[in-house]
Amino acid sequence: MLLKHTTDKVKERNALTVNPAKTCQPVGAMYAALGVHGCLPHSHGSQGCCSYHRTALTRHYKEPVMASTSSFTEGASVFGGQANLLTAVDNIFQIYEPEIVAVHSTCLSETIGDDLGQIVAKARDDGKVPMGKHLVQASTPSYVGSHVTGFANMLEAFVKYFPEKTDEKKRQLNILAGWVEPSDMRELKRMSAMMKVQTVLLPDTSDVLDTPMDGTYTMYPKGGTTIPEMVSMGDSMKTLALGEWGTDKAAKTLDNKCKVPFDMLDLPVGLRATDRFIQAMATAGKVSVPEAVSAERGRLVDVITDMHQYLYGKRVAIFGDPDNIIPLIEFMVDMDMKPVYIVSGTPGKKFAKRMEAILAERVPEAKYKNGPQADMHLMHQWIKEEPVDLIVGNTYGKYISRDENIPFVRMGFPILDRVGHSYFPTVGYMGGIRILEKFLSAIMDKLDATSPEESFELTM
Amino acid sequence: MVKKKDYTNGLPDPAPLKEEILAKYPRKVAKKRDKSMVINDPEADQEILANVRTIPGIITQRGCTYAGCKGVVLGPTRDIINLVHGPIGCSFYAWLTRRNQTSVPEGGDNFITYSFSTDMQDENIVFGGEAKLKEAIREAYEMFKPKAIGVFSTCPVGLIGDDVHAVSREMKAELGINIFGFSCEGYRGVSQSAGHHIANNQVFKNVVGNNDRPREGKFQVNLLGEYNIGGDAFEIERLFEEAGITLLSTFSGNSTIESMEYSHTADLNMVMCHRSINYIAEMMEEKYGIPWIKVSFVGAEPAAKSLKKIAEYFGDAELTAKVDEICAREMAKVNAVKETVKPNVEGKLAMMFVGGSRAHHYQDLFKELGIRVVSAGYEFAHRDDYEGRKVIPTIKIDADTRNIEEIEVTKTENAELWREDLIAKKAALEEGGYKFSDYEGMMPEMSKNSLVIDDVNHWETEKLIEFYKPDVFCAGIKEKYVVQKYGVPLKQLHSYDYGGPYTCFDGAINFYKEMQRMLDTKIWKLVDAPWKNEPEIVGSMTIEA
Repeated sequence: MLLKHTTDKVKERNALTVNPAKTCQPVGAMYAALGVHGCLPHSHGSQGCCSYHRTALTRHYKEPVMASTSSFTEGASVFGGQANLLTAVDNIFQIYEPEIVAVHSTCLSETIGDDLGQIVAKARDDGKVPMGKHLVQASTPSYVGSHVTGFANMLEAFVKYFPEKTDEKKRQLNILAGWVEPSDMRELKRMSAMMKVQTVLLPDTSDVLDTPMDGTYTMYPKGGTTIPEMVSMGDSMKTLALGEWGTDKAAKTLDNKCKVPFDMLDLPVGLRATDRFIQAMATAGKVSVPEAVSAERGRLVDVITDMHQYLYGKRVAIFGDPDNIIPLIEFMVDMDMKPVYIVSGTPGKKFAKRMEAILAERVPEAKYKNGPQADMHLMHQWIKEEPVDLIVGNTYGKYISRDENIPFVRMGFPILDRVGHSYFPTVGYMGGIRILEKFLSAIMDKLDATSPEESFELTM
Repeated sequence: MVKKKDYTNGLPDPAPLKEEILAKYPRKVAKKRDKSMVINDPEADQEILANVRTIPGIITQRGCTYAGCKGVVLGPTRDIINLVHGPIGCSFYAWLTRRNQTSVPEGGDNFITYSFSTDMQDENIVFGGEAKLKEAIREAYEMFKPKAIGVFSTCPVGLIGDDVHAVSREMKAELGINIFGFSCEGYRGVSQSAGHHIANNQVFKNVVGNNDRPREGKFQVNLLGEYNIGGDAFEIERLFEEAGITLLSTFSGNSTIESMEYSHTADLNMVMCHRSINYIAEMMEEKYGIPWIKVSFVGAEPAAKSLKKIAEYFGDAELTAKVDEICAREMAKVNAVKETVKPNVEGKLAMMFVGGSRAHHYQDLFKELGIRVVSAGYEFAHRDDYEGRKVIPTIKIDADTRNIEEIEVTKTENAELWREDLIAKKAALEEGGYKFSDYEGMMPEMSKNSLVIDDVNHWETEKLIEFYKPDVFCAGIKEKYVVQKYGVPLKQLHSYDYGGPYTCFDGAINFYKEMQRMLDTKIWKLVDAPWKNEPEIVGSMTIEA
């Protein structure tokens, strides 16, 4: 047994987190910054964080992940990190020539009280930012929220800095994407194109974290939201913000700054969340929904009805980030699955409300928890009390899956041991079909592996 | 860009490359990097600038003190709960991410698959986290009943003044198990290296010597600085067992806290990774009189040499015969594979930038295959790892490292534990030229004109690839996909790309085969699309009948 010390005796914990269902803010800020073209993320802290965050993203994507760090020493930790950051800015622009340096903080610089805004202002005043180049900053204390919070903070920093309101309104929509994969970013753009709506997607990690191998290395790949695109966001008709945890701050900031109103939506995962996204796009973009989109939707419903017998009543344990799992749980309930155990390390009061709304009627037995101590250990203990048919979550779920012999579907961050997540989307109707395929394959693989020989089926 | 040179008469002078690299830097940076990039001459005593602070913004590959302490040294010990006091990231990122395998006997504890954290929140930063830490220790004890708990400090802990040592002492008294703290905040020192030192000190103070059980079995040794990545230690353990060498304790691959507690009863310490564990080797010698030798089990020839060195130390005819028999048998197997691989890879170029040890050890494996190492360096090694221990007296401890605790170790007062016999044995062997407490470092073993680089950064990596066009680049996960985009295969020498083991004889065979796979594959020749080198086809919609 890999997790042999885990028992079914659930004890209330107040201080100890075991096997977290979250990580810390800066990695989210780093990911968001990679979705901006020509941007080098910079970690203002000791260098260990930066290495860990680059490593986590690299293992997830099997792609280069660039970021620089202030490399605090003990002296800087006592006297402040201003000198380190100013030196770093000099070195970065001279050696690595990015268009934008996007600075985020760590628990170290936040605890000692480094004022990033003031240091960045000083860097500009001292002429350390070359003409036409940009220095953007976001405060991302690791002891608040989770990696999702860090993503939200960096996204907000970009909309604080770049969008401008001019007199010329643009016939375009802003899409603030929550933390989804490059494949999902690509799919969001494909769906907008199908809808014939002009959009600006921020951030956009497609063509950054899924670059082709052609024998050359490009430090700043061709993808990422460009500066002119970000500037133009202030003149857009509307913002569609996808996922409250990841995009709420940025949507509100953009509304306050440039008076671009926003619709707060779920990430378009599964049937109904995608429906809402399509409808919001149609309404805001003043377009009708083309037949091709309805056809895609119909194909997803077709697959659900075809395969419903394998999904009905299946008990699921799921862990992950709120924006990603809320619509996924809704999707499961729509397919008559039973998401019975749900944990998310990311705090936020709205989580319980959303769970209540989605689950109360159809899965009243569901247990859910978020925030500190809402960890995978707790979820595993619940599973030990009464098992499930499927586990859905990041790679760390494989330990529980093996111990308990439960089919497992990898979704979320990080996925360290499989490919696919960065190439095949899970958003939209097509993404819905892919999720279904993954669920069904996992469930059917176990059926195939365990059914008695006399009832081993050729056709399923 | 310089074209690949003819290497038949030795390596080309990399001075133009070095010049080009330095030209890009601001003046102060260039001055510093100049001293960390040495054009090697094994005949000369050259000095390298190492173990100094990282240049901000340079894109280093280095990690932090916490990583060196928790991630490296204590992480592999299976039956201790490593509780990380800090916000969640540090514990999350060190959760199962180094491949230190462990083999758990029936009924044995194994906490390596778990991640434990106090998950500090903003109120813990404002009001202090000691109360939460105490509560977390209690909860961990109640739920898991471990034999010991290690408490690891992360960046904010030192800054807000939480005293992990005092809390650990208090909880040790309350719960009656061994609980001890590590001040391994990420900002201490300049790299992982400080974390090694801090871990060595605390393990020596709080663990080593806690169990004076009587000696059983012959030829008792400890293996220091072997972390069982990909099963490396299993290979060594197997050979020791066959030879009749009793392995008391490994620091810390496939280890238990109990084995460390009685490690001071050994007859010999063997140091594998000099950088991370030489402190404990030194301290054990000072306190108990146990001598240490440098060994390496990476590469078939070094493995054989190390085994024979152990046999020579014990001077036992039966052991010597057994070791000779094993080496002869295993070398025959190794040579059979080498003969099939070597012709395909001989003369290829490798470069290697790995932590604080492997950039040296793995050169032996490449030598065995006739692959040339054109450039190498460490992330965080010290001058002694580059230049040899003889330079230790001349190393100046700078301001960034001065606050890393040096503990006073004195001779044990327990006469039964003080090994007068070993001191005499050491003296006698030394007369015959046997080397103790010695490590010659990487640079004397590298070719003339090879480029030795400390704390290599992204810019330098790019230029190295352009200049040398190496056939294989050895480094870590952060470099891997960067280098491969250039069409150059990268072998991870931290994680082994999820393969291994690479130690001893079977490990050498694994490595040879891995080089065969990486250097002989056709995939790199398929990178260019077939239409890339053909004249562009101008499209036409008309169908020619």
